[in-house]
Amino acid sequence: MGRTSLAFQEMRTQTTDVGFYGEMAFCQNSRHYSCVSGGFTLAKDSSNRRRVLAGAAALFAAGSSRAQMVALPFGNGERPLKTYPEKRPMLVLTERPPQLETPFEVFDHGAFTSNDAFFVRYHLAGTPPRGLDAATHRVKVLGAVNTPLDLSLEDLRRDFPVVELAAVNECSGNGRGFSSPRVAGGQLGEGMMGNALWRGVSVRALLQRAGVMASAHAVEFNGADRPQIATVADFVKGLGIDHARNGEVMLAYEMNGAPLPLLNGYPLRLIVPGYYGTYWVKHLTDLTVLEQESQSYWMQKAYRIPDNDCACVPAASAAGATRPIGKLNVRSFITNFTDGQTAQASPKVLVRGIAFDGGAGIEAVELSSDGGRTWKPTALGKDHGQFSFREWSAHLPLDPGEHLLVARARNKAGDLQPQAANWNPSAYMRNASDVVRVVAA
Amino acid sequence: MNPFAQTLLAFLALATAGSAAARETGSKTPQPYSAPSETSRFIEAPGINLAQRYCLTCHSADYVSTQPPHMPAAFWQNEVTKMRNAYGAPIPDEAAKAITDYLMATYSEPSAGRR
Repeated sequence: MGRTSLAFQEMRTQTTDVGFYGEMAFCQNSRHYSCVSGGFTLAKDSSNRRRVLAGAAALFAAGSSRAQMVALPFGNGERPLKTYPEKRPMLVLTERPPQLETPFEVFDHGAFTSNDAFFVRYHLAGTPPRGLDAATHRVKVLGAVNTPLDLSLEDLRRDFPVVELAAVNECSGNGRGFSSPRVAGGQLGEGMMGNALWRGVSVRALLQRAGVMASAHAVEFNGADRPQIATVADFVKGLGIDHARNGEVMLAYEMNGAPLPLLNGYPLRLIVPGYYGTYWVKHLTDLTVLEQESQSYWMQKAYRIPDNDCACVPAASAAGATRPIGKLNVRSFITNFTDGQTAQASPKVLVRGIAFDGGAGIEAVELSSDGGRTWKPTALGKDHGQFSFREWSAHLPLDPGEHLLVARARNKAGDLQPQAANWNPSAYMRNASDVVRVVAA
Repeated sequence: MNPFAQTLLAFLALATAGSAAARETGSKTPQPYSAPSETSRFIEAPGINLAQRYCLTCHSADYVSTQPPHMPAAFWQNEVTKMRNAYGAPIPDEAAKAITDYLMATYSEPSAGRR
C-alpha cells in the first residue's frame, strides 16, 4: 500500500461532528459525495441556506496541514479537497494538470456559480501558463482575413461594443464516474459545470473588423497553453465560420463582474454559449480563419461522439462513425437534497434545483416523489437568458418514509431528459433524470 | 460558542474581507501562481521507476489512481497505447510493455488502485 493510501486510512478515522449556532449539523452519505472526515455537513432543515456554513467548515479544515477527503459515490471516487489560487477548497480530480470539481452544494446557492467555486479542467502539462498579464496580453486575428489584427485588452474594451451574456459551461464528461459500464477518462462527479455572467466582445465584431474572406470555412482558437513535448498536440479548437460569427460566440475578459481567475482562462477566454466546455479555449491568444475545417487533434480525434441522434451506442460497444461534440443536452439537478438525506415529514416540503440546455431554453421542469411514476409541475425562477442555469422549485407533500425524488427538464425544442443514461465509449453528454432518495421522518 | 466555532468565525471574517478587497480592485495584478504541492504517488511495485519516469512527465499519478477499479488488463493496455499513439507520449516499446505490466498488476487488483 502506498503512502497516500495510508494517509487516507488515517484520515478516515478522524471523523468529527461539527455544530453551528448550537444546532446539530451532520455528515452523511450523498448521491454527490459522502463525508469521510468531517468536512461536509448538511443542516437538517433543508429549506435554509446553512450549507454555506457547511462549506466554510471545509475551508477551515483545508487551512490545516492535512487535506480533507470527500468520496464520490463510485469506485476510486475519493478526492482530496484543496485550495488552489483564487479558489475555495475544491475536489481535486488530478493535481497536474489541475482538474478541480465544484463541491455540489454550491449549486444550491443560486443561478450563478461563484468564480472561486467554478470548476477547472486542463489538458496539457505545464498548465496553467505562467506570466499572463491583462496589461500586456495580445489577441490576434489571422488567416483568411483582409486585415490581420493584433489587439490588447484595452483595444477590445475601447474599440468594440460590450456584450454581456449568462451562459453555462459544462464539461463534456460531467458525471463520467457514474457511467455503467465505466469507461476510461477523468472520473468526474456532477460538479464539472457552472454558470457565469460573461462580459467581453463578440467574435463577430472582431471578424468584421478584420474582414473575413469569402473563402473562409472555419475559425481555429488557440490559447497561451502549450505542450511541453513536441510530439504532443497543442490544445486548439475549431468552429464553423457561421457559428463563430453568429453574434453569440464571444471573448470574455470578465466573469461575474470580476477578471477571470487564472484557472478559468485569465485574461481572456472564448465563450461558446450552449456548447460543451471543450470549446471554451482559455488564455486566448489567436483566432485563425481557415479555408477548410480545423485539423486539430482535439477536433479530429478527441471529443467526438457517436454520429447519431442520441450520441449513444449499446453499452460496451464501439462508437462507430463519429462527429465533434456540440450542444449541451437538456439536464436538471435537485440541489437542496442529497441522496439519503433526512427531511421533516410535512404536507409542504420545498424541493428546488437548476436546469439548463444548449440554448433552446428550458420549457418546464417536472418533479416526481415516487421514482418517476407520476410527475408534478414546478415553478421556474428568473429567466437569465436561454444559455443560463434556470432555477426551479416546488412544494411536495412528504409522508414519513422513504421517497425517490426525480427531476426531469424539457426544453423549448421538445427534448426531454431520459429516465436512464445513454451510453457512449467516452461517457460524454450524460443527462439522465436526477434521482435523490429522501427519508422523511 | 465552542472554541472551534469561534476559530471558524474568525477565519470566515478574514476570508470575507479578502474577497471584498479583490472585488473592489476591478482589474488585478497577476500573482505568482503557487498550487498546492503534488502529493499523489504511484503504488510501490516492480515497474514503478518506469511509470514515474515516463508517465509523470506529463501528468500526476492521480491520473492513474482515480481510474475505475477492477478493470480488465486490456483497459491498461489501451491506456498506454492511447498515451503513445494518440497523445504522443515518447515511450519506447520496451518501457511501454513494462509500464503496462506494472499498471495491470498494480491497479487492476481488486484491493489495489486506492490512494
